[in-house]
Amino acid sequence: MYTIIERQDLLPKVHLLKIQAPKVAAAAAAGQFVILRVDTEGERFPLTIADWDAQAGTVTVIYMEIGVSTRKLAKLGKGDAILDFAGPLGKPTEIENFGTVVCVSGGFAMATIVPIARAMKEAGNRVISIVGARSKDLFFWHDRLTKYSDEMIVCTDDGSAGIKGLVTEPLRDLLSSDTKLDRVIVIGPSVMMKFCSKTTQPFGVKTIVSLNPIMIDGTGMCGCCRVSLDGQTRFACVDGPEFDGHKVDWDGLLVRQKSYVAEEAVASERCRCKEEGCGNHG
Amino acid sequence: MAKAGLNRIDMPKQAVAKRIQNFSEVATGYTPSDAHIEAARCLQCKKRYCVEGCPVNIDIPEFILALREGDMPEAARILKKTNSLPGVCGRVCPQETQCEQACILNKKEVPIAIGRLERFVADWEREHSAEVNLPKSLKPKSGKKAAVVGAGPAGLTASAELARLGHDVTLFESLHTAGGVLMYGIPEFRLPKDIVQGEVEYVKSLGVKIELNAVAGRLFSLDDLFKQGFQAVFLATGAGLPLFLNVQGENLNGVYSANEFLTRINLMKAHSFPEYDTPVKKGKKVAVIGGGNVAMDAARCALRLGAEEVSIIYRRSEVELPARKEEVENAREEGIKFHFLTSPVRFLANEQGKVRAMDCQKMELGEPDASGRRRPIPVDGSEFEMDIDLAIIALGTRPNPLVMQSAPDLQVNPNGTVAAGISGQTSHKAVWAGGDIVTGSDTVISAMGAAKRSALVMDEYLRSL
Ligand SMILES: Cc1cc2nc3c(=O)[nH]c(=O)nc-3n(C[C@H](O)[C@H](O)[C@H](O)COP(=O)(O)OP(=O)(O)OC[C@H]3O[C@@H](n4cnc5c(N)ncnc54)[C@H](O)[C@@H]3O)c2cc1C
Ligand SMILES: Cc1cc2nc3c(=O)[nH]c(=O)nc-3n(C[C@H](O)[C@H](O)[C@H](O)COP(=O)(O)OP(=O)(O)OC[C@H]3O[C@@H](n4cnc5c(N)ncnc54)[C@H](O)[C@@H]3O)c2cc1C
Ligand code: SF4
Ligand code: SF4
Ligand code: FES
Ligand SMILES: [Mg+2]
Repeated sequence: MYTIIERQDLLPKVHLLKIQAPKVAAAAAAGQFVILRVDTEGERFPLTIADWDAQAGTVTVIYMEIGVSTRKLAKLGKGDAILDFAGPLGKPTEIENFGTVVCVSGGFAMATIVPIARAMKEAGNRVISIVGARSKDLFFWHDRLTKYSDEMIVCTDDGSAGIKGLVTEPLRDLLSSDTKLDRVIVIGPSVMMKFCSKTTQPFGVKTIVSLNPIMIDGTGMCGCCRVSLDGQTRFACVDGPEFDGHKVDWDGLLVRQKSYVAEEAVASERCRCKEEGCGNHG
Repeated sequence: MAKAGLNRIDMPKQAVAKRIQNFSEVATGYTPSDAHIEAARCLQCKKRYCVEGCPVNIDIPEFILALREGDMPEAARILKKTNSLPGVCGRVCPQETQCEQACILNKKEVPIAIGRLERFVADWEREHSAEVNLPKSLKPKSGKKAAVVGAGPAGLTASAELARLGHDVTLFESLHTAGGVLMYGIPEFRLPKDIVQGEVEYVKSLGVKIELNAVAGRLFSLDDLFKQGFQAVFLATGAGLPLFLNVQGENLNGVYSANEFLTRINLMKAHSFPEYDTPVKKGKKVAVIGGGNVAMDAARCALRLGAEEVSIIYRRSEVELPARKEEVENAREEGIKFHFLTSPVRFLANEQGKVRAMDCQKMELGEPDASGRRRPIPVDGSEFEMDIDLAIIALGTRPNPLVMQSAPDLQVNPNGTVAAGISGQTSHKAVWAGGDIVTGSDTVISAMGAAKRSALVMDEYLRSL
């Protein structure tokens, strides 16, 4: 069992958990994730390692409540325990002194990109961060990202903070400017990663994305997480999750992520009924 | 003594109409009277052919004699002396090519149903463990530490043996449950999961510490284990990496690897969705590609999820089917269809990106290939379309490279297996390997046999330190 030693509610339905997992904390690196299972009926599902402290033996995850598993997790607080917590999984981010690195993020990834920005900064890169959200209330860990960024660009859909528009716009401006960009890293919703990759492709700037297909074991055993890269099948949990965004078959990935929407709706409905005690469901 | 008939006692089974509606065990096991009649047929041969046919050399005549004489605790002790997982082996061993093939009665009539008797004794033991009083150790404590990686049959056996030989053993497993393929691959209706967990409990009772959620190659490297004070390592991570056809449309929704399909059901209990949170697709017309035990298991699971039609698509002919005869018969009885000399060329999608059909071509058999079986050759112009809404690819698996990648000095063969000698010694000092990681997909009992051989050599090594 893995005890939760801290919980923060960062936004409505976005939570931070600091979990006691000393071995995972000792082995973790930027870009890796864990797979957890909340209880004996639970699914195995992945969350990115947003931070870790080898000395304290803790691992931090940040997640959004969207379905049954994330809702189950949201019921737990300080002192509660998670049944299973396996990691660190996936290959760590490739960190080198590339020169200038642009870190683009949106959604929960504005937190999970922080260890990458930090490692890039520590490796001597100039780090430019671009963060996007629907509106200004939906930012968190902004201060941390700022700390490791030489330049910080904020975008909102509604214009309530920074530039009004999508992250692809400042990204395109940077690509067209005199600044030489050596690498772009994009983490966030698949559609955002897809369009950022399409934006950088004509400029020939290497673009790394962190894919999030559906996973089960996370060790390369089931093939559920397979993605197509230039026609070659790769398992995101062991060969990734980071890949060259210019090679990814985005439409294939987007379709596979929706494999179980019907079942997820059934499960969510049942879970809601159980919580509200409609009495019709077990 | 009951009449030593020509025919052995049949295994009682659930009726077909009933069993295809549930995931409970198909073969329900001998009754005490069945077991005694079958045991009475054994000739108690001086020359123990049957024992030679068993990779872990169970004292077969002796356990059958104890059973016949009604001394069940003794029968159980004899089994456990050489086999720490008899409840598993009695169910899934391919006995017809092992102990039962070697049985002297196989020459004239029908061999003794050794596996079924083994299962009978193991099941008795589970309910009467207090009466059996097994010795927990064979040798005094050595004070030496051994690590075992992977908790499938090979890892469980190596751990049990090393613990009984007096060593301090920690078993590392990447999943949340120990058992390997016994838990995530072989379905409940052939091997109930509480039986596997019963055997895992036995291994723990010998003092083995099991660390779950421990992914070797990520959480620790091979060398880290030595840094942590382990003095010898047994690698048993199996052959879990699924192979695909590499044809168009293989990544469509509704196309599964057998490992994924079976893991969702066996390990995650998706057949009980939504009581359990993991979903699985229930097809109406299902195609399973492959002809081994894994294909039979996947097909029979798909049927139990409620499919109207399940077909096995195999590129060679019936005689080359690699699955056990008994399982092919069970599958046939249950209404699984077989398409021989047929191979998929591509999968076709509907508007939602879900598989709706599969293009196949017919094959004919040419000259024997490297495997000694006749090579299938496509027949020109034989393509046809088959409507399906679920496909399961069961082409086989390879060792998962994760552990090897973390140990560059470990020698690996071109087919991905770890290079190991007869007792499992690898190119890495103080590291042994056994089971599917060395042989590629094989059998439970050969994995266990390999583990036992390694454990004996590891014991010598540890005691020499
Ligand atoms: C490598 C990786 C890292 C991730 N990191 C984070 C993170 O740091 N924070 C965060 O909030 N989310 C993260 N996710 C996504 C997270 O795993 C899903 O949101 C979660 O599994 C949803 O489960 P649910 O039952 O609550 O929702 P459901 O209603 O079951 O599913 C909602 C959607 O989530 C996706 N999903 C469902 N099951 C899985 C699964 N087993 N594996 C992956 N995706 C699934 C599907 O696209 C699905 O449509 C990550 C995913 C991957 C692959
Ligand atoms: C569906 C199916 C049906 C079968 N039916 C039969 C049958 O009827 N009879 C028969 O004799 N054989 C059968 N087999 C074959 C048999 O199950 C295998 O030969 C046997 O399980 C091999 O044992 P093993 O211990 O070498 O590996 P496995 O059983 O594969 O166990 C390996 C273990 O290592 C773990 N692991 C993997 N990577 C890591 C890592 N990096 N770190 C830590 N742990 C790790 C895995 O999770 C697993 O628990 C079947 C196989 C399948 C897939
Ligand atoms: S373990 Fe397998 S091979 Fe050995 S006696 Fe039992 S059934 Fe036969
Ligand atoms: S060879 Fe057959 S008949 Fe002879 S002892 Fe063994 S099981 Fe009995
Ligand atoms: S999640 Fe199973 S292979 Fe990647
Ligand atoms: Mg879910």
